[in-house]
Amino acid sequence: MSRPVTSGDAESAARLISFGLRPKQLPGRDVVYAELVRRYGEDTGFKQLTNSIAAGLGLLMLDVNTQAGAVLAAADESVFEIKMDGYARQSKIRERRDTEKVLHGLVHLATAALGYPRPDDLANDTYIGRVSVEQVDGVVREACRILDERAAKSGDNNDPLTEAPELEHAWRAYARRPAAAATKDGRLAPDTTRGMVSRALRFLADQGFLVAVSTEQGGTYRTTPRYQVQVRELAADSAFEELLALGVVTVGDGAGSLATSAADTL
Amino acid sequence: MRDAELISGGLADAGLARRLKALACTAPLHDLDARKAKLDWADATVYQMAEIALHTIDQVTIAMDFDTGAGHDDVVRRLQPFIAAQAPGRAAAEHLRVARWVLDNLINVGTADRGFRRVYGSFDASGAYRRRAFDFKLLVEVVSPDGEVYLRASDEAITVLVGALDTDVESAQIAAEVKLENLISRGRLTDARLAAEQARYRTVQYGETLRARLEATRRDVRSVDWAEEMPALLDSALSHIEARFRAENAILRNITKARDESTDPGHKRRAAELVDIVGDCVSRHTQLQTRLQAAGAIFRAEQDRQQFSGPPRRATVDLFGQLLMPSLDLALADAVVPVERFFHAVAGLEVPAVPALPSLVSLLLRPAPERDRLVGEIPEPELVPAETTSRYSDEQWRRADELLALREGPRRLSGLLAEARGSDPALARLVALRAVHSYSPEVGAALRQGDEHALIAVDDGTVLDDDEFGGADLVLATAGIERDTGFGGPAGVRRAPEEMEGAS
Repeated sequence: MSRPVTSGDAESAARLISFGLRPKQLPGRDVVYAELVRRYGEDTGFKQLTNSIAAGLGLLMLDVNTQAGAVLAAADESVFEIKMDGYARQSKIRERRDTEKVLHGLVHLATAALGYPRPDDLANDTYIGRVSVEQVDGVVREACRILDERAAKSGDNNDPLTEAPELEHAWRAYARRPAAAATKDGRLAPDTTRGMVSRALRFLADQGFLVAVSTEQGGTYRTTPRYQVQVRELAADSAFEELLALGVVTVGDGAGSLATSAADTL
Repeated sequence: MRDAELISGGLADAGLARRLKALACTAPLHDLDARKAKLDWADATVYQMAEIALHTIDQVTIAMDFDTGAGHDDVVRRLQPFIAAQAPGRAAAEHLRVARWVLDNLINVGTADRGFRRVYGSFDASGAYRRRAFDFKLLVEVVSPDGEVYLRASDEAITVLVGALDTDVESAQIAAEVKLENLISRGRLTDARLAAEQARYRTVQYGETLRARLEATRRDVRSVDWAEEMPALLDSALSHIEARFRAENAILRNITKARDESTDPGHKRRAAELVDIVGDCVSRHTQLQTRLQAAGAIFRAEQDRQQFSGPPRRATVDLFGQLLMPSLDLALADAVVPVERFFHAVAGLEVPAVPALPSLVSLLLRPAPERDRLVGEIPEPELVPAETTSRYSDEQWRRADELLALREGPRRLSGLLAEARGSDPALARLVALRAVHSYSPEVGAALRQGDEHALIAVDDGTVLDDDEFGGADLVLATAGIERDTGFGGPAGVRRAPEEMEGAS
């Protein structure tokens, strides 16, 4: 941008960010929004200005496109950040805090994995995935079963040690948790896995990442382009880096492990 | 011989752990009988809780088929006649409550995992003794496609129930069939009935194993090896059913004949029961066979549904294989960081609400939001009465009553304390507590209790000179309660002094 920044530019940039803060507002439904998205794509100076303003607010511009609009992420310690401690607080039964956090986190991971089952789905901008409460819970339980079989095959006794509950495998904690439980008032108990999944899906729908389609299978949703950007550009990578640091994954060849037919993999 | 050799000399092998686990499965049943005396809503000692529990598991197992299990209310209703037979004199409401209690305890309602955990020891590769946890469930709650929650018996429960603690499903079934035929040919119908029932449980268990595999296929075709493993499984299952059909039809013919020819009414009845059971077995096999035949179609439909894709156009992470599976396989402590990073990035933004006066006003005027569909379940605490309920013995209470029955007029606390100490040093404390309590007597409660008179204490300003207690040297008197007016004068009511001590 060779011309100086005007206060009008700053206002437009801030407006684009404020559109991004309303995840359910889409460029396709708002002429002003669409115009700002177009300008962000064409005017490098405007793009830099917007990114700087976002950075100053503690936000990260993940992507700006006509399908998803402005997709923002909160930087660490930003006021816009959603803390997991706050999210996982709901459970009233005294369980280990970490266990609850891991279970909720796994539910979110499985939701994304089911929404984009193959690497190609995540890369393909036009792909729209479908998830339901039953499927998400089913996918994790199936994975748990496979890990259980694999553990049983190894022959070692791998029942959890009582003196070190934190060393218990995550799949065990998930498999042990009941899928559903009858409550006196007929509602879904929140500390069951289906309760957690349905909470996660409703949460993601509130955030504009999923759209409710029907109430079949405990609630069926479709993914939005915004969710795809969020998972692809940030979430998958940040979790992947952590796992890479732990040395439990290797960089794949892009084929995806879901397609292999060997009995011990999915 | 060294200790390690002694241990590894076949004494502590995998079989030991297996037997310990089998033993653990029965513990929840024994536990019911151990705890029944402590129930405060009924004298439940007349009920044989372990029997009721086994009967409950029976009911759930029998009701299990491919799609559904037993509804909670259904099971409770079926249990009631059995419970009523144990205590015919008790009210139906109590029978109902016992049924619910047993059912809740078999599910283990109130724990987050709704299961049981027993600790057992085993030796690791280095020969060190490690304590491990064995988690198991007896009854599990599952959701049906229409959203109803129903019960299924776990594998552990079925195994415990049939008493075969460490056996292969298929071979155990064959064994049961052989036993059945032998018994019938030898005319021992009671035993035959038992064996037939066992065969039925085996049938259910076998169906359950297959159901899990088929369900997995439905969910994700690629989770099951359809090239070799599944066809082999289906083949063996079908030939298994074929063999069972032959065996059961033969048995059915035999006992039908036995039923029709027998002249002994007892024999006739037992044979008729047996016909029913074997008939049920046959229908279950038919159901299983129908499912097996549909399996291939399920696979093809699912394969069509999940289209195949080309190579990714840009490098992305394989969410399933590179994130979900490795995270699941991590220890809980290690998994926290990756899943938290993922959540943090995927959860999006929370726009902090900035309060402004105009919006505050409308916020306050807004109708209350509808309550969350997922509020926490309210656990029903099971209260066990404390072991020792009274700090003072009945004898001490009686003596204190005697001392405080002040028929000759008011007395000072100091005098009463001295008298109490004379007989029993501990008694002084009880007397002092009761004196303090009567300083502010609850007249209403005394009236409701129908007390004739109540103790009343008045502080006239004299300081108590005592080694053990401090405060005012109260003047104590007994006041009568007049019933006519309902308010005859100040009255006290005796309360457990422990409460007061706890408060001070």
